[in-house]
Order: sequence, then structure tokens, then C-alpha cells
Amino acid sequence: MMRGEWRAYPARAVLAGLAIAVGVALGFAVHLINASALNEFASAISAVNGEADLQVRAAGPNGFEEALYPRLARTPGVAHVSPVVEIAAHAHNGASVRLIGLDVLRAAAVTPALLGQRAGAMGGDPFDSQGVFLSPTALAATGARLGEPLVLAAGVRQVGFVVRGVLAAAPQGQSLAVADIAQVQWRFARLGTLDRVDLRIDQGADPRDVAARVAGMLPASAQVVTQQAQARRSDALSRAYRVNLDMLALMALMTGGFLVYSAQSLAVSRRRPQFALLRVLGVERSALLRLVVAEAAIVGTLGALAGLALGAGLAEAALRVFGGDLGGGYFSGERPRLALTPGPALIFLALGIAAALLGGLLPAREAGRAAPAVALKNLGDAVDPNRRPAVDLALTLLLAGAAAAMAPAVRGLPVFGYLSIALMLAGGVAATPWLARGLLGPLQGRAGRAPVIDLALKRLWGAPSQAGVALCSIVASTSLVVAMAVMVASFRGSVDEWLLQVLPADIYMRVEGASFEPAAQARIAAVPGVAHAAFLGQTSLRLAPDRPEVALIGQTIDPRAPGRTLPMIGESQAVPKGVTPVWVSEPAQWIYGYRPGQQITLPIGHRAGGEPLFVAGVWRDYARQHGAVALTSDDYTRLTGDAGRTGASIELAPGASADRVIGALKALVPAAGRDGLTIARPSVLRAAALATFDRSFAVTYLLEAVAVLVGLAGVAAALSAQTLARTKEFGMLRHIGVLRRQIIGMLATEGALLGLIGVIAGASLGLVMSQVLIHVVNPQSFHWTMQTRVPWGLLAGFAAALIACAAATALVAGRRAVSRDAVQAVREDW
Amino acid sequence: MIAPDPDTPLLAVRDLRKSVPGGRVLFDGLDLDLRAGDFVAVTGESGVGKSTLLNLIAGLDQADCGSIRLDGDELGGLDEDQGARLRRERIGFVFQAFHVLPHLTLAQNVALPLILQRQGQAASLQRARAMMAEVGLGGRDADYPAQLSGGELQRVAIARALVHRPALILADEPTGNLDPETAGRIMELLTRQVRSAGAAAILVTHSAAAASAADRSLTLTRHGLTGADAA
Repeated sequence: MMRGEWRAYPARAVLAGLAIAVGVALGFAVHLINASALNEFASAISAVNGEADLQVRAAGPNGFEEALYPRLARTPGVAHVSPVVEIAAHAHNGASVRLIGLDVLRAAAVTPALLGQRAGAMGGDPFDSQGVFLSPTALAATGARLGEPLVLAAGVRQVGFVVRGVLAAAPQGQSLAVADIAQVQWRFARLGTLDRVDLRIDQGADPRDVAARVAGMLPASAQVVTQQAQARRSDALSRAYRVNLDMLALMALMTGGFLVYSAQSLAVSRRRPQFALLRVLGVERSALLRLVVAEAAIVGTLGALAGLALGAGLAEAALRVFGGDLGGGYFSGERPRLALTPGPALIFLALGIAAALLGGLLPAREAGRAAPAVALKNLGDAVDPNRRPAVDLALTLLLAGAAAAMAPAVRGLPVFGYLSIALMLAGGVAATPWLARGLLGPLQGRAGRAPVIDLALKRLWGAPSQAGVALCSIVASTSLVVAMAVMVASFRGSVDEWLLQVLPADIYMRVEGASFEPAAQARIAAVPGVAHAAFLGQTSLRLAPDRPEVALIGQTIDPRAPGRTLPMIGESQAVPKGVTPVWVSEPAQWIYGYRPGQQITLPIGHRAGGEPLFVAGVWRDYARQHGAVALTSDDYTRLTGDAGRTGASIELAPGASADRVIGALKALVPAAGRDGLTIARPSVLRAAALATFDRSFAVTYLLEAVAVLVGLAGVAAALSAQTLARTKEFGMLRHIGVLRRQIIGMLATEGALLGLIGVIAGASLGLVMSQVLIHVVNPQSFHWTMQTRVPWGLLAGFAAALIACAAATALVAGRRAVSRDAVQAVREDW
Repeated sequence: MIAPDPDTPLLAVRDLRKSVPGGRVLFDGLDLDLRAGDFVAVTGESGVGKSTLLNLIAGLDQADCGSIRLDGDELGGLDEDQGARLRRERIGFVFQAFHVLPHLTLAQNVALPLILQRQGQAASLQRARAMMAEVGLGGRDADYPAQLSGGELQRVAIARALVHRPALILADEPTGNLDPETAGRIMELLTRQVRSAGAAAILVTHSAAAASAADRSLTLTRHGLTGADAA
């Protein structure tokens, strides 16, 4: 029977399989790209860190005291220790290089991968203090040559080295330089401090015990980092973004599942008399159920297998063309290799089959339930308009979805937020027949309409469950698109508004790999046409071993009115006398639980237990997902010891020419140092920020577009199948004098009405789901909130296009249906 | 109601020939005259072209040659739209498989030909209710087809075929899906309604019992219609 069905209607089986294949392919491809990029990223981190079992890392920018190093070496369970200093430097041509200062003898026992290979012909002293070893990427980026001098600069200091060899083990894309630790400490003014100590533990010692022992002896300025914490930190950097993309890709698969449901429902409806005959001949209900489920399983398996192959191909192509970054900016600049492992492939195969099985389950139950006597009467599609569409299941699912939205995040991920969306989606689709009847009810019985329009209305009102079958995939995809569109519009609008708040000055300057020291700041402020110059310093703090760094920002803030320079959320607290106020960003508040009025400690300053600070308020920040803490410029200098600044905002004097001032500012910096310098007007920065925003959402638009295409394919398949199943009806109508074009008009009207109902259902559901995305998924994933903005124009255009597509699809199907001989149509029995 | 005119044939079929793709001739030289009030049964072997003859008369199929005139109008010259309008106004159909629309109430199904003629919803439904009462379904106008038996569905189909007072009723195996007892009642109803409407009717059937309800019984062969009173 299965073969007969597929032979008779091969296109429908292929379309259903294709929908699953597309869903699996997208999900698998997104997963593979992210996994490959993450692998590459992790190996890059591991290259910088060497192969240490444990690390002690500085929490703040000032490092920790070198005196800790011998104490660590004496800790029971620790076999070897290797002290490290890390400097973010740049070469004369502006190329960024991470300079690592090592004790060669110590590092050989702990992190041998960080040791360089001396170039064969150069020989000489292995303890050469001027020597530096470069990774192949750093060699290429700086343009340095073996045996030749290389100047590396950090802050105001410039240090000359001689390139002695290469770091053969450094991966492609990592710009590293390794030099003698004493030389780096001395020449970069870091004497007496370290950034990290790598530890190798005794064989047989439990790393957790050793980590606990080490943690117990550390000051606030240092943390112990296990390999697991390091892995969690790497993962946490982009985890929320990756999970969100995976979820979005799975939505395409879910839409594919609805298409299978649609195809199977129609097949069951068409074969009702066949099933009735089988039942009459003694076939059990369960056997019919198994038959329909088996059909869905075969479609799902074949589709999912094809999807895995397609997904791997897509991922490989995307990695070659775009690298590992899908727009989020987490993995830019890398060209990872495809990380193909059987585990995820099996999971996506199972998901594809599960989607198809779920899609086939309800129609299978329907097939088993049909009363043979009624079906054998050949009453067409057994429509009974007296049967009211059930709404209980839909309400239950929607309420369960609303309840799930209230639940907190699970391990930093909005698991229940996604569950809420899935439940609402299922509830919304289940409610479509009820909604169709509710919407069409008031239109019934209106006089003065063309008969064919009246027939179309009555048909849809009388057979709402068929409308539900035809609409399920489009309701699913429309709601997802509307939800995403509202969320993205809200996010973009909020970011735009935020940019206007944080960019109030006339000109902005930023420097990378260097800083504006006080003398340079004075020169900038003195440029003719500059009315006022404010400076911003930034460094990073590691507040938890398994979390990415938090930005520490020093800028001009008036503690009595912080809203002048920070986009505050809510009121700022009055700052008590004698305390140092800080203003935390919204993500920092979410991640670390900071509350206004709270006393916190950060690993900055010179106190043993860290610096006590007063949280005076919370500000909105869309730029730093992992959190930021702002403090006044004076406090920043006092606590970090760094008077240099990396950014400046310039207010022009009345009548001053911005172009002239920009020219004068550029002239302050020697030509060789301009590579890392950016001077721009706020409009340019705003446009660049929004372009970055749009780029990061480009892949989501692509995934949405695919979901809509799958949804439209669902409508096309369902309308086409339903229309062909009604050829007898059209034949009768033509016998009693209805013109072909009237029948086509009736079907186009039905299509347009179905599209309209689908759009209303999908848009309503999408608006509700967008609130879950805005108020649950986004804050739980990315820790920022936003105001809802509905892109009415975009949604109206989308709705009109969708309704037109549905009408056109029905029109095409109608033309095919009425092209059949009316005489044959009414004579045709199954 | 159509006023019967015993002198002018309502339907005049002359020298009709029809072959099927492949060249097999179904019938050739077929003549038939039908006056208002005539009720003719056409029988014959399967595949001989009984239903095809009905379709030619309804303007749903084209003959190879010959002429069909309904009330003086030549059907061969009608385009598709004109044929549809002719059926809408002057012909009523009864099918073997009932073909009622499941999403319309019984009254709406019956009123369909009137609604297609834009006679107004209220008036059409009023006339449909009256017609339903005549076929024994009075008071059930708000029911849907899913609640009806086969015999009841055929009553709905008969009411629909007659509601717009057509001049000609074409019935193709109207009792083919019914048990003998129900079939007898349906034939009695169809005969009575056709006569009271003053319409002419052609009944295509394999059933001798059904054919016996007609005034004349003709047999279709390759050479046309034969039997008592054939033109």
C-alpha cells in the first residue's frame, strides 16, 4: 500500500522528505560550523596556554605579586611551575602580537609547546635575553625576518628584540611572540608582577584537590583555573549565540515536521475509503496506525539522511567561503576545518525522524479512528460542519507555554523559554481550525455576494480542520518569522537609541595596542576648535575562572548625575561618603547578581582582599555581552595605576569645523602610529555599529527565509492535494452551470482567505512569541533587555505577499483541477 | 413551471455520431425527440455510451456530427460559457453518487442552482425549503449531508435538480448506489416530481425496475436508440 501511494503521488512524498531534509541540513550545518569554529578557538586558547594542568591567573590588569610563585611551587601535589607575563603588543606596522614572557627552563617542564625552535643556522645562546620567537602568523603579520630586529610596543614603551626562531606548534591564525620573562618584565615595567603561573601536578595527584589547595592560598588578585573551567569559559564566550542559532535552525525542522503532518493528513483523508475497506476486511486499527506511522518514519529517515549529507556539504562550503563566523563576530578571522563527528550527526538524524514521526502520529490516529461504514459511503472528505473545532488542547498547550516562559534559565540557557515557544507554536497551530471558524463566522449569511465567494466562505467555515491541515506549516513559519522580526526590530531600535545616548559628542577617537598618555590627552584637548575632550580607559577583569572577562571602564561620570554620560536603567543611588562608586552594566547585573546599593569587591587596587566598591546604578550596554563595570576616570587611574586612555570624545567649540579638527587630531599622531587609530564622527560609528548588528543577524534572516519557504511549500502541497481531492465537487458544479473561471475564482478566494487566516493566526502567535524572545530568551541568553517595537510596514508587506502566494497557489491548483474532464470527475469513484 | 407544448419537441437530436479516442464508434445516426412531460429511460450494455449521450445533450461533450436542439437552440454552436449558462437555467442533473456538498446545509445544497442564477439568498432558500418538503425532507433544511443516509442524500439531489424548474432532467443511474427498496421509493419520487414540474426527463439506467417507471424505455446500441416510441 505504501509503494502504491508513493507511486501514485511521488511529488508529495518527495516534498515532505525534502522539508525534513532542509530542516536537518540547516540545523546540522549551523551546528557543524559553530562546532568547527569552537574547536579552532579552543585549540587557539590551548596554544596560548600550553599544556598546563592548572593555571593561576591574574584577575585584574595589574597582575599579581611575583612572591606567590615560590609559594605555589611548594604546594603539595604541584610538580612544576612556570611563571608567565602576557602583554598585548603591536609591531611598528600596527600588527597585533600577544607577547608571552617565559622562563625557558621552567616552561620546558610545564608548557613545552610554548618553546620556540631556534632557526638552524643561528645557533648561539639559548638564554639570549633579546631573542624573540614568533608564530608563523606573527611572522607574516609583522613582516619580520629571522635574525632581524623587531620592535614591539605596548602603551608608551617600545622594546627591540631579535627574531631568533619560530613557534612551530602555534596554530594558524594565532599571532604570538615568546621571549624571556625577565626581559619582558623589565622592559615593559612589569617587574615584581606576573599574569599567570602554569602548573604541572604530580602524577597520581587529584587535580581537584590541588586546585582547592592552590585556591586557598590565593589573594583576590589571582584565581585558579582548571582545564574544565577554561573549556567552560571558551564555551561561554559564544554559547548563547550558538544555541540561539541552533534553535532557530531547528525551527525550520519543526516547520518541516508540520509539512509532514500536512502531507500525511491529506494522504489519510484521501485514502479513508481504502482504510475503511481494509477495516471491513479484518485489518486491525493498530495495523493501519502502524502503516501511516511507518510511512512517516520512512519519509523522515530518508529526508534526515539526505539532510545530513546536505548539511555537511553546506557547512564545508560555508567554512571555505565565510570561515567559522556566522555573523556573531565570535570567531572572525579564523578558517577552521570541518569538525565532523558521529554524535551530533546521530542526534540530528534522530531529530529529523522524530519530527516526521510526530507529524505522522495524529494522521495515523485519525486513520485508525475513522468509522468504516461512513467512509465506505464515499461521502468525499467526511466533512461535518456541525462538529465544533476543539480548542481544549490548544488552550492547554498555550497555557503550558505561558507557564514555561516564567521559569528561570537552566545553566545560563533559556531552556524553558524555547520550550515555551515550542508549546505556544503547537498550541497556536492546534487553535487554527477554531480561529478559522471564529473569523469566518461573522461573514456567513451576508447577502449580495458573488455565489462563488459565498461557496468559498462556506467551505472554509464548514471544514475548518482542513484549513488547519493546510495552514499548520504556514502558521508555524509565519509566527516564527513575525516573532523574530519583532525581536530583531526591537533589538535594533533599542541599539539605535542606545547608540544615540552613548555617542553624544561631535568626534570620537579610539586607539588599539597603545593609549593616550596624559601628555597626549593634554595635546588633544588643546587642539584649536576642541571645546572639551573627555577620555575613556578600558581594561578587563576576570571575575570568575569559567566566565569571560568583564570590561572595567574609566570615564567622565558625575556621581550625582551619571545619566549624563551613561544610559542608565532606573535611578542611580546616592553615593555615601568615603566609598568608591561603580555603575554596572545590565549584563554584569544579570551574570554576577549585582544590585544597586550593594557593596562589592573587585580584583583591582592594592588592597589584599580586593577593592570594596559601591554599586550606584545599572546602565544599558549592548556592546559588551559579558558585562562591564564603569567608574569615574579618577578612580580608574587610582585603582588600576593606568593614566593612559584608549578612547576620547571631543566636543567642538561653536563654529568649529569638524573636518579641520579631525585633520588636526590626526596630525598629532606620527604617521607610523596611525594604524591602530580611529577618528570618526558619531554618525559613522553609529552606521558601522548598525552594520555589524545587521551582519550578525544576516544568518537568522536566511534561516527564517528557509522556514517561510518550507511553510509556503506546505501550503502549496496541502492546497494542491485538497483541490485535487475535490475534483468531483468541481465536476458537479460544472454540471449545474458553474463556469470554469468561477471555480478557479472560488479556489483563489479560498486560498486568499486561508492565507489571511494563516497570517492572522501566525502574526498573533508570533507577537506573543516575540514577547517570550524579548523578555525571556534574550535576557537569559545575552543578559540585556529591550523595548518592543513592531515593524508594522515589514509585517504588512510580508502578510500581503503571503496571502498573494496562497491565492496564487490555489489558483494554479484550481486550474489543474478544472482542466480535468468534468464528466470524468463526477463519474470517478475510488 | 414549464408549459408543455405537445407539438414542438423540447429536445430534438438528429443523426448524432460519437466515437471515442482510438476511433471506436459508440453510436451513429442517433435520433431522439422529447416533448415536455416525456419521461424516457435509456438502457444498454456497459460502455455503449449511455452517459456519453447525456453529456452530449448537456453540452458537456462534443459529438462528431449531428445536431442537438434544446427548445430550438442548437447546442453544437454553444461555447463553454454558453453551455454552462444553458445547464444552469434549463437542465437539472441527478447523479449516481449524489454529489452534494458536505459543507453546505441541505437547504443550501438544494438552493445552489438558484443562488448561481443570483435569485437572492432568502428567496432561493425559501424555494429550496419548499422543494425539500416535496421530497420528504421538510424541516431538515439546517442539517448537513454527513447526517443523512444514501436514500436521503439522493432526495436532496433530486430536489436540487428540480428547484430551478428546468425544462430537462438528466438522471444518470440515480438508484445505482441504493438498495432496491430505497431505489423504488426514489424512482417513484423522481417520476412524480418530474411530472408535476412538467419537465422532460431522460433516465440512464441498468435497472429494469427503474426503467419501468418511465413512459418509454429505449435501448442504446451502436446504431442509435431502439425501442417503443423512439423517434
